[in-house]
Amino acid sequence: MSGMIDHHLHIKENKPVAFSDATLEKIGVIISHYPEGQQKSALLPVLHIAQQELGGYLSVDVMDRVASLLNIQPVEVYEVATFYTMFHLEPVGKYVIEVCQTGPCAICGGEQILEHLEKSLGINVGETTPDGIFTLKTVECLGACGTAPVMQVNTEFHESLTAEKIDRIIGDLKEKSNGKTSEVRWAELF
Amino acid sequence: MIKVTIDNITIEVAEGTTILEATRKIGGKIVPPAMCWYSKLKGSGGKCRTCLVRVAESSAKDPRPMPKLVASCSTPVQDGMVVQNTTSQEVLDARKAIVEFLLINHPLDCPVCDQAGECDLQDLSFEHGVVETRSEEDRREFPVIDIGDSIKLHMNRCILCYRCVFTADQLTDKRVHGVLYRGDAAEISTYIQNVIDNDFSGNVIDVCPVGALTDRTFRFRSRVWFLEPMDAHRECRKCSGKVTAWMFGNEIYRITGRKDQYGELEEFICNECRFEKKDRNDWVIEGPRKIKRQSVISANHYEKLIKPSVIQPIEGKMGKKEEKT
Amino acid sequence: MGRAVLTEKIGIPGIRGFDVYRSNGGYRNAEKALKEMTPADVGKEVTKSGLRGRGGAGFPTGLKWSFLDRKSDKPKYLICNADESEPGTFKDRYLMEHLPHLLIEGIIISSYALGVKSCYIYVRGEFKYIIAILQKAIGEAYQNKMLGQNILGTNFSLDIFLHPGGGAYICGEETALLESLEGKRGNPRIKPPFPAFRGLYNCPTMVNNVETLAAVAPIIGMGGNTYASIGIGKSTGTKLMSACGNINKPGVYEIDLGLPVEDFLYSEEYCGGIKNGKYLKAVVPGGSSVPVLPADLIVHTQKGDKRLLSYESLAEGGFETGSMLGSGGFIVYDEDACMVRNTWNFTRFYRHESCGQCSPCREGTAWMEPILRRIEEGKGKKKEIDLLVSIADKIEGNTICPFGDAAAWPVSSAIRHFRKEFEFHVEHPDIVKNINHGSLIRYI
Repeated sequence: MSGMIDHHLHIKENKPVAFSDATLEKIGVIISHYPEGQQKSALLPVLHIAQQELGGYLSVDVMDRVASLLNIQPVEVYEVATFYTMFHLEPVGKYVIEVCQTGPCAICGGEQILEHLEKSLGINVGETTPDGIFTLKTVECLGACGTAPVMQVNTEFHESLTAEKIDRIIGDLKEKSNGKTSEVRWAELF
Repeated sequence: MIKVTIDNITIEVAEGTTILEATRKIGGKIVPPAMCWYSKLKGSGGKCRTCLVRVAESSAKDPRPMPKLVASCSTPVQDGMVVQNTTSQEVLDARKAIVEFLLINHPLDCPVCDQAGECDLQDLSFEHGVVETRSEEDRREFPVIDIGDSIKLHMNRCILCYRCVFTADQLTDKRVHGVLYRGDAAEISTYIQNVIDNDFSGNVIDVCPVGALTDRTFRFRSRVWFLEPMDAHRECRKCSGKVTAWMFGNEIYRITGRKDQYGELEEFICNECRFEKKDRNDWVIEGPRKIKRQSVISANHYEKLIKPSVIQPIEGKMGKKEEKT
Repeated sequence: MGRAVLTEKIGIPGIRGFDVYRSNGGYRNAEKALKEMTPADVGKEVTKSGLRGRGGAGFPTGLKWSFLDRKSDKPKYLICNADESEPGTFKDRYLMEHLPHLLIEGIIISSYALGVKSCYIYVRGEFKYIIAILQKAIGEAYQNKMLGQNILGTNFSLDIFLHPGGGAYICGEETALLESLEGKRGNPRIKPPFPAFRGLYNCPTMVNNVETLAAVAPIIGMGGNTYASIGIGKSTGTKLMSACGNINKPGVYEIDLGLPVEDFLYSEEYCGGIKNGKYLKAVVPGGSSVPVLPADLIVHTQKGDKRLLSYESLAEGGFETGSMLGSGGFIVYDEDACMVRNTWNFTRFYRHESCGQCSPCREGTAWMEPILRRIEEGKGKKKEIDLLVSIADKIEGNTICPFGDAAAWPVSSAIRHFRKEFEFHVEHPDIVKNINHGSLIRYI
């Protein structure tokens, strides 16, 4: 597990980053939740919104736009985005499946669930299916140990998993993959 | 003023003084090593844990001991506090453990590291380390990168003291590097292709306790212990112009800020002085710089040399180790 | 048998909505506090109740409240710690999911007692659907003048804001949470200063767990003394236990503190015994961070007394033969569970979640993890078992925050109680490589 760590340097592409007016307004509301001058506090909620609405991951361009919205240095955004596991720094599939591997899930079959997903999606952990629909990841404790094993698909929980249940979930997601996701929008939560 | 007793020595200090600052007032062997704390950088300290000490009595009012060892750099003294550093085996054991932790991923590349001879981690390991490593794991490795024309980043050697981050934060208004990622995958980085470029960026080299950030204009030109550090100054519009010029004969090999006995800069200097003024005629040489620390540099006994102009390189030798003038 | 203090209303259909909650006696305790009591009175009742922090540390809440720097002219903040991430713990989620208004009521009363006008609920980002539930409940509370200006017609005003985390266990540590709330990396702060003096934005700040704040509402309702009469000794009141692992009935249960572990484990009312009729092997009684105990020591203490679910009883025997109540995350292992694999698993968790700020934790967790993995895979050496104990010992107590201890205890306790199993792994590489050898161990 040790050895080479290569967090390659990222490229700023200077592509336009367009939050919708409604979202920008929402970001204004979020900033207003914190005292004046403390707009940096809005960083985590704004990053959640940015990731969800601008391509599923945080590109350098997106993060730089967030930095300018909050009037902070870009590196302050990079520091935070690389610290928290919910933010993706590279492009991901439409559905990011994250399977819990921590103790309570593991003793209830979490490891087998992961194997099953690898087989049925035909990819290894960390990879995205060639059609760009699924990315498979592992995650540490999701706080749902009583209904282990669990996974989340783009922050939607699926609990008490079995192989059959997973096949059903994957089938449903494949069917819906052309349409819009039913996911709750972060911007609506504030 | 309040009283504090450290390793059986009692001293009066101003309220708000930290234990570490109090030990430095006393001086000598009871001063705990500090790899991350830097008196001139606000918010620094607490991270490396090498300065852990035992508070045997919290204060005159509450003489109970503190339950855990505390970081002396960030724990303020209280009136009547009794502190143990070198007199506590627990502290010495903990320090040895910390050194071991700091070394398990630190490459043992001192022979090719420019910091060798003036490296805080080298000195720390020499004093508190053990000879053998118990770790059989592969060391963590990162690619080596240039951040700008003058600074090289060897992340492998970094101990994540955060000093360079505080320096950039406090000396400049646009910090472009920081600590990214987390846990044992954390690293100093700019995240994107970027250069650390402002008038004072070079100071990150001087505050770095290890060889993670080095001066590209000096790299591999000489071992520091072959050079004679000389206090020098020049008229500078950006900084005080007071520096240490590291010389070999009449040639200036590198410029650093002037460091005190704890390895801290007396003043931050500008990049023009540091990187661009390497000509002997740019500087007024004042005389030998005192390097008090227990480092190999001091072994050269250069201090007694009066003027740099009298130094002649000995044929076939780079230094004058045997020469005791 | 168990008394429902926190979960009293949980079965009522529609209780998540304001109207149903209100018409079933909800917010009556807030009304009582705001209209009939002074802030100091509220504080006194909480102190009398003996309520202890339910996030894991078990520090007396009344005492913690008394530390808040009330003299400061800066704004004071209350932070509700809903960053529930301790493996084995899912009680706050349950409470927020089913009784969001109970939490809001508890926050109103606590804020009143503390002189706080702004409260942030820091919810772990993965609980997005919980954030949606809370958001709706907070909206309803505003509409019904239970939040905002002049609550219930009194002079007291309060705003509650939701703040999502970004995926970091360490943000459950209160100063890391504050850093995170300020939009920074979740690096725990060096203490002192403590948040009660300099917390969020350098202002006096109180950070309390969801369950702690929720408990304040019924405490005001029944009075501190009545609450204190529940439980045993200094473990007063009720506690939400999250039970999981190899049991018949995993879930969240409200218990009177002092309930015997054996009853909790085997009665139909709670865990319902070990799944598939197997034997009990071990329990981690308070979330992954607390020491694991083997079957005999979890049911009875070393002295032979019944082990109870209380702060004191679970700690009985110190780290040699005891553990901790922690967050109440009760993880049960049956005879087939491999303690080596579990220890490796937990250590991988701690390595992954270490913020990386201080050297013992960053380097120590990353050192232990591959060793444990090797032992689990049958590639370990015998001397590495002692090396692990030594590393854990050197992390413990030497770090900035309690995370270091939390990473060390699972390792040292597992080796203390299951050393034979670690040795078996080292000595029988061929067997452990291929099978989960949990049950084999019983026969060596």
